[in-house]
Amino acid sequence: MSATLVHPGRAGLVTRLLRSRELAIAAVLVLLVLVATLKTHSFLFSSDGWRNVLLNPSMLLVLAIGQACVIITRSVDLSVGSTLGLCAYFSGRLFIDHPNLPIVVVVLLAVLMGAVLGLVNGALVAFGKVPALVITLGTMYIYRGIFLTWAGSSRINADQIPASFSNLGTQQVLTIPVLTILALVVLAVGAYVLSSTRAGRELYAIGSDPDAAQLYGLKVTRRVLLAFVASGALAGLGGVMYLARYGTVSSGAGQGYELQAVGAAVIGGVAIFGGSGTALGAAVGAYLLVTINSVLPILGISDFWQQAVVGALILGAIALDRVLSVRQDAALVAARDEAPPSGGSAPPGAAPSSPSAPSSPQVTA
Amino acid sequence: MAAATLVLKDVSKSFGAVRALRSASLTVQPGSIHALVGENGAGKSTLIKIVAGVHRRDAGVFELNGQEADFGSTAESKAAGVAVIYQEPTLFPDLDVSENIFMGRQPGRSWRIDKGAMYAEAAALFQRLGVAIDPRRPAKGLSIADQQILEIAKAISLDASLLIMDEPTAALSGVEVERLFNVARQLRDEGRGIVFISHRFEEVFELCDTVTVMRDGEYVSTERIADTSVDGIVAKMVGREVSELFPKTPAEIGDVVLDVAGLTSPGLFRDVSFQVRAGEIVGLAGLVGAGRSEIARAVFGVDSYSEGSVRLGGAQIPGGNPRAAIAAGMALIPEDRRKQGLVTEGSVARNVAGVIRRGLSRFGVLTTAAENRAAGPWSAKLEVKTSALDMRAATMSGGNQQKVVIAKWLATNPSLLIIDEPTRGIDVGTKSEVHRLLSDLAGQGMAILMISSELPEVLGMADRVLVVCEGRLTADIARDDATPENVMHAATHRDGHVAGATTAGGAGPDSQEVSA
Repeated sequence: MSATLVHPGRAGLVTRLLRSRELAIAAVLVLLVLVATLKTHSFLFSSDGWRNVLLNPSMLLVLAIGQACVIITRSVDLSVGSTLGLCAYFSGRLFIDHPNLPIVVVVLLAVLMGAVLGLVNGALVAFGKVPALVITLGTMYIYRGIFLTWAGSSRINADQIPASFSNLGTQQVLTIPVLTILALVVLAVGAYVLSSTRAGRELYAIGSDPDAAQLYGLKVTRRVLLAFVASGALAGLGGVMYLARYGTVSSGAGQGYELQAVGAAVIGGVAIFGGSGTALGAAVGAYLLVTINSVLPILGISDFWQQAVVGALILGAIALDRVLSVRQDAALVAARDEAPPSGGSAPPGAAPSSPSAPSSPQVTA
Repeated sequence: MAAATLVLKDVSKSFGAVRALRSASLTVQPGSIHALVGENGAGKSTLIKIVAGVHRRDAGVFELNGQEADFGSTAESKAAGVAVIYQEPTLFPDLDVSENIFMGRQPGRSWRIDKGAMYAEAAALFQRLGVAIDPRRPAKGLSIADQQILEIAKAISLDASLLIMDEPTAALSGVEVERLFNVARQLRDEGRGIVFISHRFEEVFELCDTVTVMRDGEYVSTERIADTSVDGIVAKMVGREVSELFPKTPAEIGDVVLDVAGLTSPGLFRDVSFQVRAGEIVGLAGLVGAGRSEIARAVFGVDSYSEGSVRLGGAQIPGGNPRAAIAAGMALIPEDRRKQGLVTEGSVARNVAGVIRRGLSRFGVLTTAAENRAAGPWSAKLEVKTSALDMRAATMSGGNQQKVVIAKWLATNPSLLIIDEPTRGIDVGTKSEVHRLLSDLAGQGMAILMISSELPEVLGMADRVLVVCEGRLTADIARDDATPENVMHAATHRDGHVAGATTAGGAGPDSQEVSA
């Protein structure tokens, strides 16, 4: 029945494993943790070690999922680091200036603040028709500038934060840190939205071919705005997590996180040209990126090489994407090229120059 | 009697200086299949894009099911019950084929997508169309015919009151066309209105009951199919002699200029060999997506190829190196002049002088005076109608832009000119000027390789027609032997088989084999 079909799933096991980027990266991650634990048992088997392995990547995980939403639409959001810093300071100020505010309200206000900053990005990109790279590079500096002006020389210190809040940064439920649980909830919601809702799927469509999306009648502007708002809101949430985790916020808070978030998404298989990738991939990419930074010192690798390893990881991921996609394209095209169009074995080189086929489509012009 | 499904009356539309529609009219009754015919450039596509909400009309009446309509987006037209199959497929390569069909209106409750239902509905659609496409495979890598099937599935699934098909059969084989027609007849019997655009009159007469003819953006006539004939329609479509349009003068054919042997690039084209002689215009015909432009790009060195050789005037040209090709005397005028051939923000002089810049600069400095000196004679020769050489290219009409692009390449004194779709988007009057220019150049001994999707253009201009089908050369026909029938036959048949979509029924040779 389906002899002439090309089944994408028919590839070999290794190729399939490589193609399932989430699995491949997760395997690397597990391997890293295993090696580090063999070398230093306390890396995993101590209460601090266990907690840090789970806790450290949670903030980047949240940022990477927001970044994935934006990259899937063929954009990028470089302002998330500044948004995170600004929202962390904002929530700290709320605790200091309005000590009676419930924690939930502070968290919601910080997320709202992030969403508003994201909306500004999205509006500039969607209505200004300027590439997101340039727009968010600009807002990255502007948001950081607002932060610096507002904070001046002051900073948020741990003793100014209510203990009930800063405990959240270290508290554990069944040995799992609260912030990790929060990140996992974000992951679950993000994965569901991206894979199974109209809005999520339309983000993929827009990134895959913006012109076609317009012809399909999709609400391109609204969806792009949504992606940036999601990214901003998650950066706001990341700011709250930052405050809970570290207790102090200085002017450099969140600097460099934007590139780590992009790196995590790319390592996790979110194609920088848009249209493909998953929330799970971005999350595992974030986990790998953070974990590798704590594993390398254990293996006795110097600071310099740690940075280089992260860079190599990103380049490797992109190279792998390219190779796999070229191979898949070639396989899909070759399969249709090799198969005679309508079955049967074709006599080679029999080019018909005088038509005598009554059933064939013809022009009578 | 119920209101007409679609009424368009005296609709006009201009794009800048080009008047695409002057006064177009079309009335489609429910339960009818209405053919819309006219030459390329007659304004059919513009008209349906107005109905689809891609463009807005400048003036005129537009009613849908008795109600005044004016769509600002394709979403609005879809909601009003208009489905359109576009000439060129618009798909999302990264998404699977089912998502491509249902994007924007996937089955399921308010915001959640019911994937099971979506795949099942896609499978049912494919079965109705008689093709075996895996509903879960990605859209990338699909053949043109399969992409076209996907477009049709998309339109049918809309359950629209008006279905517009803009050359839906261009890439399909006989059996698939027949299936499509059966579906169209079903929809007609359900009381829907269908607009069918095609250049194949055989199909028009088989399927449609009414025909409207357009010419140069204007309404010409509407008749019942039973009351008319092919000759009658053609006379109304053309309204002028074909020879007027394509003034190819015979030229003395000289030595071989371009010699391409065994050119292969996996997935794009295979074992392509041909020659072009001095003074000869060779037409490269075939369906859109057959690989014509890819072959031209490989010959010129923009894309590389894996096997074969390209020789110009006897000397081997290295692959993948356009600089070497230009130095050896090749020129390529690409299909999309705005994107690939013209610096639209630059002046005419800068555009013309662009390729020979190196020769003009003194100590690495390029002066406007030098540019103007070099550009002047060429622009005058081609009668480029610009008030001054410093006019910006973007503000010129399509015909004049094309002349600027040609001027730019002539300034390099090429021995071979490759020109891809020389008159696309150029109004009819200017077309013949471009044709006369090509003819003159061939007369002066230049070798010309012309790619064109317009069959009359190929037949009128080319001394020899090469036909490409799915990346293979399937025919080499001399000017006197070339007819629309044998060119189209070669364009849709490869190795003795009909080229077409992935069919159900598998490898059985019985399904749609054609005795060639």
